[in-house]
Amino acid sequence: MSKRYEMVIGLEVHVELDTKTKIFCACSTKFGGAPNTHTCPVCMGMPGALPVLNKQVVEHALAVGLATNCRIDQYCKFDRKNYFYPDNPQNYQISQLYQPICRDGYVEIETEEGKKQIGIHEIHMEEDAGKLIHDQWEERSFVDYNRSGVPLIEIVSEPDMRSAEEAVAYLEKLRMIIQYLGASDCKLQEGSMRADVNLSVREAGTEELGTRTEMKNLNSFKAITRAIQGERERQIDILESGGKVVQETRRWDDVKGTSRAMRSKEDAQDYRYFPDPDLVPVEISDAWIERVRAAQPEMREEKLVRYQTEFGLPEYDAKILTSSKHLADLFEAATAICERPKEVSNWLMVEGMRLLKEQEKDADELSFSPENLAKLIRLVEGDVINRTVAKGLFEEIFTSDIDPEQAVEEKGLRMVNDEDALVRAIKEIIASNPQSVQDFKNGKEKAAGFLVGQTMRAMKGKADPGMVNRLVQTLLREA
Amino acid sequence: MANTISDETMEYVGILAKLELSAEEREKAKEDMGRMLDYIDKLDELDTSGVEPMSHVFPISNVFREDVVVNGDDRKALLSNAPEEEQGTFVVPKTIEQ
Repeated sequence: MSKRYEMVIGLEVHVELDTKTKIFCACSTKFGGAPNTHTCPVCMGMPGALPVLNKQVVEHALAVGLATNCRIDQYCKFDRKNYFYPDNPQNYQISQLYQPICRDGYVEIETEEGKKQIGIHEIHMEEDAGKLIHDQWEERSFVDYNRSGVPLIEIVSEPDMRSAEEAVAYLEKLRMIIQYLGASDCKLQEGSMRADVNLSVREAGTEELGTRTEMKNLNSFKAITRAIQGERERQIDILESGGKVVQETRRWDDVKGTSRAMRSKEDAQDYRYFPDPDLVPVEISDAWIERVRAAQPEMREEKLVRYQTEFGLPEYDAKILTSSKHLADLFEAATAICERPKEVSNWLMVEGMRLLKEQEKDADELSFSPENLAKLIRLVEGDVINRTVAKGLFEEIFTSDIDPEQAVEEKGLRMVNDEDALVRAIKEIIASNPQSVQDFKNGKEKAAGFLVGQTMRAMKGKADPGMVNRLVQTLLREA
Repeated sequence: MANTISDETMEYVGILAKLELSAEEREKAKEDMGRMLDYIDKLDELDTSGVEPMSHVFPISNVFREDVVVNGDDRKALLSNAPEEEQGTFVVPKTIEQ
């Protein structure tokens, strides 16, 4: 490759809002109901059924708009996007094209070259579609409208990103803001946050944009990174061999690591948008905006400062703990119970992060209760168990949320600090390891460490390590 | 009639609306659509510069619903008109986005 290329990336992010009911009807948004049990004439698109807007959807959209520095369009309305597909019972989706609720915002991300602003073109409210299940054997599909009408916001960025890292940083920032606001849990794997990537390449240093493609079906940060890198190479290969990139929608296959064209611009759909006559406009007063602004919960930046001043945590730890709302909530809840912020932080930061990394999990997937972590910390503080045992218990809490107090009793994990028992054990170890005793007497301090280890093993890890250490030193000198 | 609808437009509108029209129906529809466009042209004669586009016929805004679940499970009634149903779902010809 002789030329140097630059990527231009914009993202369209759909976020499922956390509401009890759907956007235009009083059906539940709960997951996991039997097919079509959370439906009504409105979300099934029955003729004559009339939609009524859920106020909470507007509140969430406003909160996200304000937190992403958007201008609120104080007069907004809904439009119909017309297309035929079985998951869309009305044959149109209610969305906002002409007057979306938020425009011209930005979020700040950290890049290798420092802070960078990523522009937000607009945020609009819309409804989700139903779900199709395909028959494996026969030429038929089954339709479930439980998800039909679940509220979404679509956040459309400006084409301001230049690398996969920037795209992921932008998504992580959006996710954090929205989670802190409590507007959505933003789980990519479960589809409550979905990202489509618009990408084009151009020669570095040129201004004109290349032809872009849109990539769909990306449900993890890893898939997004791989898809961006794959699409970059594909477009550069086309340009290098003298071809032209076709404007089209492509579907990413993360297993194969390739994408394929879904539809090109030529057969792109004509959605014939028009204002929805069933819904009246939304007028948002200054007072309403101020009310939403005032009700915003403590955001990450504020928590970051508070964790350092109130709990005395180092900045690095505070940064990690606040990087996920879920992790911050877990930290605060466990701290409130055991009143040992530094210990809670240490367990989460050291053992928690280690296990997350090992299991390739995200902090949002931590699923144990703060009570059990607090109990574990109390057990260590009260010298009921030693750190080695505690580490093992933490792993069990991490994987299956066990009650550590119960485990200590059931498995007999109490720390042995009965001096007579320890002395007996150490004497046996010393007797059966004459070489180590000799080494120690010849000045090899390490030999004592070996004997401590042997003793701990003989006591099945439950001995008080400080006491064992002291006793080994004393007994060695007597030996 | 000032507006004439071309065969291409007719074909395109047919595709968008998923309608298959006979030759006779097509000619009739062309005529109807031409007349509709004539009527729109008539409206265009009015000077509307400086008039806000109307988004709704009634001068009301902010009709909301509180976020409270009221609807229960009415699946049986809702599925009762389905041409084909199975295990609480609507059965349709296999549809997979390519």
